[in-house]
Amino acid sequence: MLSKRSKEIIFNPFSKENPVLVQVLGICSTLAVTVSLEPAIVMSISVMAVLAFANVIISLMRNTIPTTIRIIVQLVVVAALVIMVQQFLLAFNYDVSKKLSVFIGLIITNCILMGRLEAFAMHNKPWPSFLDGIGNGLGYGMVLVVVGFFRELLGSGTLLGYQVIPQCVYDAGYMNNGLMILPPMALIVVACVIWVQHARDKELQEK
Amino acid sequence: MNKNSNTYQIVYSAIMVIVVGAVLALIYMLLKPMQDQNRDNDTRKQILAAIKVTPENDEAIATDFKTYIVKEYLVDKKGAVVDSSENVAFNVNMGKNMKEAERKLPVFVAKVKDETKYIIPVYGAGLWGPIWGYVAMNADGQTIYGTNFSHEGETPGLGAKITESDFQQKFEGKHIYMEGAFKCVEVVKKGQKSLNGAETIDAISGATITSRGVSSMMNDCLAPYDAYLKTLQGSTNK
Repeated sequence: MLSKRSKEIIFNPFSKENPVLVQVLGICSTLAVTVSLEPAIVMSISVMAVLAFANVIISLMRNTIPTTIRIIVQLVVVAALVIMVQQFLLAFNYDVSKKLSVFIGLIITNCILMGRLEAFAMHNKPWPSFLDGIGNGLGYGMVLVVVGFFRELLGSGTLLGYQVIPQCVYDAGYMNNGLMILPPMALIVVACVIWVQHARDKELQEK
Repeated sequence: MNKNSNTYQIVYSAIMVIVVGAVLALIYMLLKPMQDQNRDNDTRKQILAAIKVTPENDEAIATDFKTYIVKEYLVDKKGAVVDSSENVAFNVNMGKNMKEAERKLPVFVAKVKDETKYIIPVYGAGLWGPIWGYVAMNADGQTIYGTNFSHEGETPGLGAKITESDFQQKFEGKHIYMEGAFKCVEVVKKGQKSLNGAETIDAISGATITSRGVSSMMNDCLAPYDAYLKTLQGSTNK
């Protein structure tokens, strides 16, 4: 269905070119939204949507953008898209927009967006740019979900708000790890994920 | 055409800004009625949550609100009702209201299972932004029947826990008067006691500032109602 190149564009961000694990972009939002799983998932979807559409729009405009002000143009496009997402959420899904509050606005500052616009959309046609946006959004989301999973499970004993660690375990003396819900632990979990990924992928190891 | 000439850049950015501005303004105007309705409904939902009423769906919110909230009015510092026209309490913007010297004191009167409850809006500061809520008092004017808290941007998993029922339920049945004097219930670190002998509630661990915010919000917003609550207490004793 997809050509070899399209597949590479979509799937490379999962492994060799993962925006968070290999390029170490978007770390700040990874810390902020991964205390529990649900905001992590909604954030991933929002970032993916904004990234894909921003990529397409910049790609369509790429031949007209003056190089000297290209960053400003990219910022304006991203900011406009983020405000649109925010406005639509307020009108059609008020509850979710309340849950995510400031984080939607903070998508603008996500380095992955600027990185992909600058590195990919400025030199490629709209369709590959769209795929690149989806792929990188998924690669980012994947890390968010993994980190959110461990932080919510170990920090609060719940998943998506449901209690998963049974009461009898607590009665036996088990306690939630309070450190897990604090920001430093997000970095440590991300580092662990990076470690696992680099250990498995020989190409990423430094000689 | 030279893409790097000054004229091109200026014209390009001007057109881009105008287009983006127009699109955003258009979207804002189109969606505003729906957003306002959502906001009003959300406020109604929060008020109803304070008296433990959960509307089944979005359509039921407005009808439930009409059924349960029988009266709403503004009172003054002496406890007298000053304005009881329609939606008078609902339309008070608490954020702006707090800053005014002559604060309006809105009260919603609700009937739940034939009991009268008095709902008082509260508003304060959390760690990242405003926090607010609704406190439902029993007819005796002393004990809390139920609470509901909301926030704009507290940390998820920490300060944001004030919106969870586990935290809100701790307020139920607490007294805000001790031997006839106003002593608002305090949110303190687990195991600590209040300095002035008020009843206490365990704070959320990891969210010290938000917990303190809730504590001072309750105190600051309920204190002006002292005279009003005392009239309630007087009427039930008779």
